[in-house]
Amino acid sequence: MENKTTRNLYTIPYVIWIAFFVIAPILLVLYYSFQDLNGNFSLTNYRNFFTPIYLEMTLSSFWYAFLITLITLLFAYPTAYLLTKLKHKQLWLLLIIVPSWINLLLKAYAFLGIFGTYGMVNKFLETIGVGSKQLLFTDFSFVFVSVYIFIPFMILPIFNALDKLNPTYLDAANDLGASRWTTFRRIVFPLTLDGVKAGCQITFIPALSLFMLTRLIAGSQVISLGTAIEQQFLVTQNWGMGSTIAVFLIIFMFIIMLLTGTKRRRARG
Amino acid sequence: MDKRISPLSRIFLIIMFALLYLPIFYLIFYSFNSGGNMYDFENFTFDWYKELFQDTRLLIIVLNTIVIALLSALISTIIGVLGAIMIYKIRSSRTKYTLLSLNNILIVSPDVIIGASFLILFTIAGIQLGFYSVLLSHIAFSIPIVVLMVLPKLSEMSPSLLDAARDLGASRWEVITKVVIPYITPGIFAGFFMALTYSLDDFAVTFFVTGNGFTTLSVEIYSLARQGISLSINALSAIIFLVTMLIVVIYYFITRRGKRSPDLEVLK
Repeated sequence: MENKTTRNLYTIPYVIWIAFFVIAPILLVLYYSFQDLNGNFSLTNYRNFFTPIYLEMTLSSFWYAFLITLITLLFAYPTAYLLTKLKHKQLWLLLIIVPSWINLLLKAYAFLGIFGTYGMVNKFLETIGVGSKQLLFTDFSFVFVSVYIFIPFMILPIFNALDKLNPTYLDAANDLGASRWTTFRRIVFPLTLDGVKAGCQITFIPALSLFMLTRLIAGSQVISLGTAIEQQFLVTQNWGMGSTIAVFLIIFMFIIMLLTGTKRRRARG
Repeated sequence: MDKRISPLSRIFLIIMFALLYLPIFYLIFYSFNSGGNMYDFENFTFDWYKELFQDTRLLIIVLNTIVIALLSALISTIIGVLGAIMIYKIRSSRTKYTLLSLNNILIVSPDVIIGASFLILFTIAGIQLGFYSVLLSHIAFSIPIVVLMVLPKLSEMSPSLLDAARDLGASRWEVITKVVIPYITPGIFAGFFMALTYSLDDFAVTFFVTGNGFTTLSVEIYSLARQGISLSINALSAIIFLVTMLIVVIYYFITRRGKRSPDLEVLK
């Protein structure tokens, strides 16, 4: 009997946490998504979500997240690959990770200076004769800064996957006469696909829901699902509509995790 | 895999590193600019640092941020370790899987959703927005990461160690405090530091659950940055960068010590 009480005692805080901060918030969001502005039960929010305004916003949000993930992957994969070939690779990896530990807001703020009208990039563009361009508050700056922010998070899982790769496979491929490109396409990439999937998951989901970046860097050019939720909750004070968008974002999140997470679960279980 | 890399690859890597650090050093560089903007460097000055240290409001915000980070990391580490031990002890793999999935929800959820749903939660529970709502939410989103840092250490532990302790007459509590906790200490430290950085770095969740009277650094930087460029932020970021580097170095040594422990286990 004593065993049982002590066991209960130390599990209590964690169980309370799961009940109040994991399950309750999801149920509350679901509950609020069925409330209209007057607090009555209704499907208005869901009807509104399927109007062109919200559908278009969802689509563009997905498009930007896709673009950001793709570009991040294109830069992160070679970087991770080259990192595994360096001598003190763990140290270099740590140096790649360090910028991701600097507050996100500060990095975004730095780009206000870099991309500003008289900023570094524009100065450079003028010296090479292209001339000054409006960079800030465009979708270009939004994608660029997002890619910048997500690159370390994409490099990390890919690096881990590449690092675990058994080098005898590469020797075998080499002995069998495979070219470097064939080795990469048929061996290295498939074997590190789980790392790529993990990286895409870490990038895509936050990219769908970024809202401070869109506000600071993209102006009104880009409206993501995250911006819309923030807008509904804190500006318009329409928690019902905000919750409905959140419900859809959660559904999208689950779909993405199913698409990118299947193999890892099998390996773990 | 110790093939030499080509010069072209080397250049690519150098550019990547340069790009990653450019914004940070850009901020620090202009924090010494007497010109007051991030475009023309006039003269070297410490004025912005002086201004920073004279800004009592900002110093209080920095203090708030640190207090919230330390408290939330401490509390979430305690709850997270207990949770990890609980999950570790569960035999049914189905229950274990369910608990782990519940555990991971807050890690994969977008910040906006965590923030919005906590805002609803606190409003319904009647908790006033401010210090406590921010603290509670930071504890809440740090717990799962502590669990994930501690759990691998627990499963590394040999079950015979626990059996031996029990055979020698240790009570359940003694097994936990004298055998389990010392064994998983590296995981606990890693969890604590992750919780600390999560809390220091968080913007979106705090933005939702903070009231009018209470701000953390991220939220303050956001509102300052929306007003435009102010070189006090640059000075602040230089200091934050130094502190972060310090934390990284400490963290690096702790995890290195953690990596050594399996070898010691073999020696025993």
